[in-house]
Amino acid sequence: MFEKDKLSNIENSLDEYEKVTSKLLEKRPERREDFISGSGDSIKNLYTPLDIEKIDYSESLGMPGSYPYTRGVQPNMYRGKLWTMRMYAGFATAEESNKRYKYLVEQGSSGLSVAFDLPTQIGYDSDHSLAEGEVGKVGVAIDSLKDMEVLFDGIPLDKVSTSMTINAPAGVLLAMYIAVAEKQGVSADKLRGTIQNDILKEYIARGTYIFPTEPSMRLITDIFEYCSKEVPKWNTISISGYHIREAGSTASQEVGFTLADGIAYVEAAIKAGLKVDDFAPRLSFFFNAHNDLFEEIAKYRAARRLWAKIMKDRFGAKNPKSMSLKFHTQTGGSTLTAQQPDNNIVRVAIQTLAAVLGGTQSLHTNSRDEALALPSVDSVRIALRTQQIVAHESGVTNTVDPLAGSFFVESMTDKIEAEAVKYIQKIDDLGGAPKAIDDGYIQREIMDAAYKYQKEIESNDRIIVGMNQFQIEEERPTGLLKVDLSVGENQKLKLVELRNGRDNVAVEKTLVELRKVCEGSENVMPYILDAVKTYATLGEITQVMRDVFGEYQQSVII
Amino acid sequence: MDLLQGLKKGNKRAAAKLITMIENRTEGYQDVLKEIHKSSGKAYVIGITGPPGAGKSTLTDKLVKEIRKQDKKVAIIAIDPTSPFSGGSILGDRIRMNDLSLDPGVFIRSMGTRGHLGGLSVATKSAIKILDVYGAEYIFVETVGVGQSEIEIVKSADTTVMVMVPGLGDDIQAIKAGIMEIGDVFVINKADRDGANRTRAEIEMMLDFSNSEFKPAVKMAVAVDGKGINDIIDEIERHKEYLIKTDKYHHNRVTSAREEIVEIIKENITDKIFNDHLISSQLAELTQKVVKREIDPYTAGFNILKSIKL
Amino acid sequence: MDRPIRVLVSKPGLDGHDRGAKVIARALRDAGMEVIYTGLRQTPEQIVNAAIQEDVDVIATSILSGAHGTLLPKIAELLKEQGAEDILFIGGGVIPDEDIPELIESGVKAIFTPGTPTSETVEFIVNNVRK
Repeated sequence: MFEKDKLSNIENSLDEYEKVTSKLLEKRPERREDFISGSGDSIKNLYTPLDIEKIDYSESLGMPGSYPYTRGVQPNMYRGKLWTMRMYAGFATAEESNKRYKYLVEQGSSGLSVAFDLPTQIGYDSDHSLAEGEVGKVGVAIDSLKDMEVLFDGIPLDKVSTSMTINAPAGVLLAMYIAVAEKQGVSADKLRGTIQNDILKEYIARGTYIFPTEPSMRLITDIFEYCSKEVPKWNTISISGYHIREAGSTASQEVGFTLADGIAYVEAAIKAGLKVDDFAPRLSFFFNAHNDLFEEIAKYRAARRLWAKIMKDRFGAKNPKSMSLKFHTQTGGSTLTAQQPDNNIVRVAIQTLAAVLGGTQSLHTNSRDEALALPSVDSVRIALRTQQIVAHESGVTNTVDPLAGSFFVESMTDKIEAEAVKYIQKIDDLGGAPKAIDDGYIQREIMDAAYKYQKEIESNDRIIVGMNQFQIEEERPTGLLKVDLSVGENQKLKLVELRNGRDNVAVEKTLVELRKVCEGSENVMPYILDAVKTYATLGEITQVMRDVFGEYQQSVII
Repeated sequence: MDLLQGLKKGNKRAAAKLITMIENRTEGYQDVLKEIHKSSGKAYVIGITGPPGAGKSTLTDKLVKEIRKQDKKVAIIAIDPTSPFSGGSILGDRIRMNDLSLDPGVFIRSMGTRGHLGGLSVATKSAIKILDVYGAEYIFVETVGVGQSEIEIVKSADTTVMVMVPGLGDDIQAIKAGIMEIGDVFVINKADRDGANRTRAEIEMMLDFSNSEFKPAVKMAVAVDGKGINDIIDEIERHKEYLIKTDKYHHNRVTSAREEIVEIIKENITDKIFNDHLISSQLAELTQKVVKREIDPYTAGFNILKSIKL
Repeated sequence: MDRPIRVLVSKPGLDGHDRGAKVIARALRDAGMEVIYTGLRQTPEQIVNAAIQEDVDVIATSILSGAHGTLLPKIAELLKEQGAEDILFIGGGVIPDEDIPELIESGVKAIFTPGTPTSETVEFIVNNVRK
């Protein structure tokens, strides 16, 4: 990128600079022996053109909106349209969550993001014995289409885009969404939104799996195929690094493991007979935002560039939309402290900047009280306002990819990409992501990083403000949002009512059909949709699938 | 002796506490062992061994579920290697047997490989006896087939199931000498992976060289999906019938009883010698001389032997 | 030789976030303890059955889903039923301070909230385990 003779001038002055600083260091050593990034990588004292001399602008960066998309997926980025401010919410009953969604839309939230409770995510009805104590706790409880109708009551589904954090039973919830829309008079081809639908990271890090790998991959490719025809504007998967990072991975691992999962989905779909350019444009990603501003920005840029290369070179994609990595970001839940929770507002602000400077398409900002409980309405508002301040007051949205060309950020981008490539190669050697998960390779790498990080904190090598330094005596906040146990009881009563009121013969008939399809190879989605419409419950539908597919067994890696 | 009463009545807590007592060699443990020996010897012991990652725990889980259909009481001892660095350990085999922990007819105990004063094999054999008296009709002992004491444990089982996975070519070469001999049933788990047939052929070829009377069969399985489980059970039964018919069953028990006595003698001799102050100081003194090349280690060793009074 | 402290580390309920449980399992191992890890989705019955068969000195549970109010007292109750209250029963995770007194009342011996150094948990176990 630079002229040869100018570079050698820089080299000379850098030598000079090093001499001066090392003399300085003799007199007064620096604050630390080693300066490390949020992921534990050593950071040099100075970055110069020498660190990025190999970069070829057109090849490595290019223009925003074109290959390899390092600088962003749209040509004018936030000058055209701001990112979608999408706040993940949902708790207790469909009624209460519905109120929260309406509130968020009134406050300027531009997309909905549904959190489901754990029984829903694992395919159990609220009256299942394993659901005891969990109903409505971390999200809304959905047992049947009835609950879904209430959840989106008064929200026009042709106007909003809805993201649903649902994985193992993603097809069932998507079917319910389609059915609700139909009742509103909205056809499936007008629906916009995302289902998470990323089972591999459930095995790796998040734990809400149901079925073994093979049938799970089939369900995913069935959804790809079905949506490419019937719900063309729907993002069929959100390949998630978020939870991998929350589980303790480094930034490079987040990129490497997430893209390796992505590769596995693309391969599965191709193997199932789909054409890469038919489904790849609807693949989306989901990354974390931690506190190390520059590392995070570099991470998003590296992920975009690497995915573009993978899609083009490895899978021969032709459609530019197949090559551009679009992603949602959530600020890092694990970076929040239970101590002095108001400090979390500042952390989230830094993370918001990282995501925006990294070119995110949508963003959820965490609330200050999330290390304590579910967020209160006030905290959610502050979190949303943080995004709005960055969008409208900070000025960072005025130009596209403002940090491009920074010696530090570009060299960090290169480094993260190179490390991610190494992880992907290793996973390829092991036979792909599903095998690498089976063997526990990915989990072990993440756990090693997590344990190292914990030790750094405990030895005060890493300072977390308010937690291991700058502590105060404080009273823990009271009056946190709590979900009453009566929510579970009410859901149970509603289930009894539902089972008495519906046409049980029709339910049984659709479930028998579904079982046959599961045993065969036809696409399951139309049959799930039929079952959902008869008000078969989520638990009943997934039970049929459990019977046919079996259940996943966790690999224990510590 | 409350615990012993409880044990004989099939109380789980008593069995668990007694195993701890043996593991830690808490005072009185020998009395316990003396007491229970008489009533032990009824259970059929099945060893499950193979390299790490072969799926031993999952296979054990499925085998036990199948055997439980006959309403037989089962116990499992899962042995996990201890971290070589900290002396602590994380025992994770249980995780693959999670549904079994709700079955009242199953008892599962995890054991680390460190921290057993008398050696792991002694502790395991004692634990087997306790679970035998507790009423288990089948006892599964699951362990990675490495290390002398683990091989000893496996050898003391009535039937040993060797679990392999496809694509272990070189590993098979390496372990054939030691471990291939002790397998009575061979299982190729994860048989849906590439190379399963090749691995099977390799094992069968090696077994052809063996001149033992009982020809082990090689069974294919995908334990995670419950495939091949019944075949393996049938094969265990076939081996059991062979043992009984040929009187090998009795013969093996004679061998292991003898080994047990020998082991107790060895262990106690070693204890006595190295806990003796005089001998310790003599050893220290002679060691110095050996290092300085004043005498050789043989002379030193025999000098010490001379002064030992048992 | 000192016998190692045996600890059952477990995740009750449906919550799949096991970073904390795994980090604590490693820390206890590095402190020389024998850790029996039972992984995700454990019912109170499974946890207590495992604890009894393994004859552990400590049960350490981690729970982030908010179901602690139901699941932890249930474990304590089952331990009492089995006459096994002498097992040191502790919990950790996202548990609001105001919920802690009730949990302690039910039989949980200590609750460790986010940000607790693992060394503090190790120390608590060493000082409070049955001798």
